[in-house]
Amino acid sequence: MACLFLLASVPFANTNFMTHHLSRQFDLELEEIRNRILEMGALVERQVLGAIIAFHTGNLERMNEVMRNDREVDACEVGIDEECTRLIARRQPAAGDLRLILAILRIVTDLERIGDKAVQIANMSRLRRLAGEPRIPRLPDLDQEAQLATEMLRAALDALARRDVDAARQVIGADSAVDQAFNAILRQLVTYMMEDSRTVSEALDIIWIAKAIERVGDHATNIAEDVVYIVSGIDIRHTVAKPEEGA
Amino acid sequence: MSDLPQTVDENILAVRDLSFYYGDFRGLSNVSLDIAKSKVTAFIGPSGCGKSTLLRTFNRMYDLYPGQRAEGQVLFHGRNLLDRKQDVNLVRAKIGMVFQKPTPFPMSIYENIAFGVRLYERLSKSEMDLRVEWALRKAALWEETRNKLQQSGLSLSGGQQQRLCIARTIAVKPEIVLLDEPTSALDPLSTAKIEELINELKSDYTIAIVTHNMQQAARISDYTAFMYVGELIEFGRTNEVFVKPRCQQTEDYITGRFG
Repeated sequence: MACLFLLASVPFANTNFMTHHLSRQFDLELEEIRNRILEMGALVERQVLGAIIAFHTGNLERMNEVMRNDREVDACEVGIDEECTRLIARRQPAAGDLRLILAILRIVTDLERIGDKAVQIANMSRLRRLAGEPRIPRLPDLDQEAQLATEMLRAALDALARRDVDAARQVIGADSAVDQAFNAILRQLVTYMMEDSRTVSEALDIIWIAKAIERVGDHATNIAEDVVYIVSGIDIRHTVAKPEEGA
Repeated sequence: MSDLPQTVDENILAVRDLSFYYGDFRGLSNVSLDIAKSKVTAFIGPSGCGKSTLLRTFNRMYDLYPGQRAEGQVLFHGRNLLDRKQDVNLVRAKIGMVFQKPTPFPMSIYENIAFGVRLYERLSKSEMDLRVEWALRKAALWEETRNKLQQSGLSLSGGQQQRLCIARTIAVKPEIVLLDEPTSALDPLSTAKIEELINELKSDYTIAIVTHNMQQAARISDYTAFMYVGELIEFGRTNEVFVKPRCQQTEDYITGRFG
């Protein structure tokens, strides 16, 4: 493969990057999809934060609220999917537009799964709350894991909104810290379970929660990888050495 | 040119530093590219970008117009087609062309095809019958015309007329078929038939097509060349040009941001 570059020699009437389609309607449709995915991202972020706060506070109403709101997340997924399908059928997007739509379809799936993780956290928190007084104290590593994962999610959505490849790459780089925090939590909980078998049930619930938070980090990584794809056209999923910069 | 765009396939035509002039106006500036053998190469770009001009140099169509001249090289089997000593009729037998509007001759369907063949070959009646049938079959027109070969070519529908023109072109067994917006005057169904035909023909012929329909280029071509104001901006595999073009101008054009 090779392409010819004549950029410098071509007397282009307008050398500025032309951000608008000739069809204003197409612009509006793409804008609409972009807005909806960012709204869904904000909703999912609230869900995750809400679930983690509910876990720490033991607030049952808050847990129920997270579980109720998941319907909204699901509706967003279906709605955005439909919108993308319609746009592909009617506009036959190409190049950057095509990559944007394809990536949004993947991001919607990741966001929906993050929503499911929030529900899982809320649900496990509810079980732990209903089981009586907790025997295991608050784990600083779990706080840290939650903070890192939610920051990754927010940064991934920011990178998407701003089409910022550098920010997206930072998100991808941050995932190992979440994995480390999860491993630390696992070791501590195993210690609790070995020392006092009455903590087994509660420890398992917390492991599920920690795992759910760890998965939030993974999905945020996927979103960041999609941002790189949208902007640079490079698919960096499943690559061992993530390339340092775009095309 | 050091950064000459490469194809990964065997090439049949090599364009080198080609410039074209309509009197004083320069319609093409230093175009260089290779046309891959047995592949479809599509030329896209806004009106006046030089894509038809480029196609017309491939078989010296411009010879018909005084004041038009080409500089540079179009190499075909090592010979420069632009060389004045080059036999134009021989070039056009090897590199046939089909135009935007169907242009059947005002004669029978049979004669539309036999006419061109007689210019280059002496065939017996039975040999000619076979050639006409072969060409019509190749152009996916045989079943529709086998019982009315003596009817006028003008009695056919627009889409059929265009397939007749393609049959006429391939009847002389060219190596390259040039198509200049072959479906722009056709309805979607006839267009689909021509596109299907192009896909079948490419196993035997090299095809270069100029099209205003970018989706058509995306559907049928292996390579895409994007041209703008007489220059070749980007040339590459269609799969790459339509997913991840290298140049911003290409991106803007194929996503409908200018044109």
